Amino acid sequence: MQRTLRSPENEDTALIIETNSREETYETGRKLAEQAEAGSVYALSGDLGVGKTVFTQGFARGLGITEPVTSPTFTILQSYEEGRLPLHHFDVYRIADPEEMDEIGYEECFFGDGVSLVEWAELIEELLPEETIRITIEKDPEQGFDYRRITITGAEPEL
Amino acid sequence: MSEHIDILAIESSCDETAAAVVRDGREILSNEIYTQIAMHTVYGGVVPELASRKHIEKINFVIQKALEDAGKTLEDIDAVAVTCGPGLVGALLVGVAEAKAIAWAAKKPLIGVHHIEGHISANYIEHPDLKPPYLGLIVSGGHTHLVIVKDWAEFEILGRTVDDAAGEAFDKVARAIGLGYPGGPKIDKIAKEGNPDAITFPKAKVNGSEYDFSFSGIKSAVLNYLNHAEMMHETVNPADLAASFQKAVVDVLCEHTVRAAKAHNITNVAMAGGVSANSALRAGMEKACKDAGLNLSVPSPIYCTDNAAMIGVAAFHEFEKGYRSGWDLNAVPNLKLGEHL
Repeated sequence: MQRTLRSPENEDTALIIETNSREETYETGRKLAEQAEAGSVYALSGDLGVGKTVFTQGFARGLGITEPVTSPTFTILQSYEEGRLPLHHFDVYRIADPEEMDEIGYEECFFGDGVSLVEWAELIEELLPEETIRITIEKDPEQGFDYRRITITGAEPEL
Repeated sequence: MSEHIDILAIESSCDETAAAVVRDGREILSNEIYTQIAMHTVYGGVVPELASRKHIEKINFVIQKALEDAGKTLEDIDAVAVTCGPGLVGALLVGVAEAKAIAWAAKKPLIGVHHIEGHISANYIEHPDLKPPYLGLIVSGGHTHLVIVKDWAEFEILGRTVDDAAGEAFDKVARAIGLGYPGGPKIDKIAKEGNPDAITFPKAKVNGSEYDFSFSGIKSAVLNYLNHAEMMHETVNPADLAASFQKAVVDVLCEHTVRAAKAHNITNVAMAGGVSANSALRAGMEKACKDAGLNLSVPSPIYCTDNAAMIGVAAFHEFEKGYRSGWDLNAVPNLKLGEHL
């Protein structure tokens, strides 16, 4: 089941999606990407094993990418050109200093015509554009083992 | 003029700054490796910019040492080879720029080599009888590929990971159970004291090629198991967990390899990459191949981890087939296996 809630206290409206399976998390990523616009940056946060990979695979599919989206942990950045818009998939977990992002060429991605999806984006907070769309995936043990709460701020997609 | 082909090879795609001189693609005249793993341990992984800075500091020294140990000067060398991808762009660039400069100055041919082609070619060093066609399984921190080596320097990819590399799953699980970096050797060690059948982790389903792998799913199953135990206030034996996780990874690697060999009527199998230094994988693959009537080659651990000797071996076969790189050779972080730059 998927429910949509509004955050009552926050000025920036937050969209909260609750999923109960990998498939629902994948679908959330897919639908979000179908509405993604050129030049947008998505910051994806969540602990190891929470479902960032599943979400990202759905997101890539939503852009029309069919090849496997493999982990960019090793190369920091993997770009895919085959979809509706280019996807720049970052994993900045191993970035120690935001200056190191220059060498990767992040500016061409963040401020280009593609869509950037950045895992562990909190590590490069000062480099993120103001309009960054933030996605946080969390578990809540009280809601069950497969429950995930996906919070989206900075965009109001129809999901 | 020597009748041998002596190649100076450089490798700097990730942690290691390495250089080697290799004769005729088989004889290792020198093999120098400067590793940055101690430095990276502080951060729990490879830190890219630190990596490229250290490569710049060490590369001239490492190359000089490789030439001296081989008793060679640049004059004696027949070609300069370098890893041009895949890897960290900054780290790769250091090696590529250095190789181009040396080759240009010494007027020698330049050969760009794919990192995975290097890993698989490491098998020729100690198994000189190994010849294509054979099946290659490359498992490392950044790669998991099952390929047919159709001919010297020619490959057909059968399967690969659709998410995390096998070695990456080792690193992430090691981090989750507090073992630190690099995860592979640490899990290997602690797993020896554990029961591999204590916990059954589900095999991930993969849509796509029947030989593709998914290690993110196994990693998540381990983390979910830990979370669940924590919620239930149960204690987890890290040795059992490590052994069971390791078994899940080893089983899927062996199963795909044997199935692919049978389906393609291939009797020779070669394993390579840093994870093939893992003792459970070596033992598991030896048994699986023996049971299936397949011959298995695995390099010694020193040639499993990143090194330049393997690049020199691969470059020899590229050289023999007439492949040469132009002066516009660049670092390609997501280079596809089988592309000749």
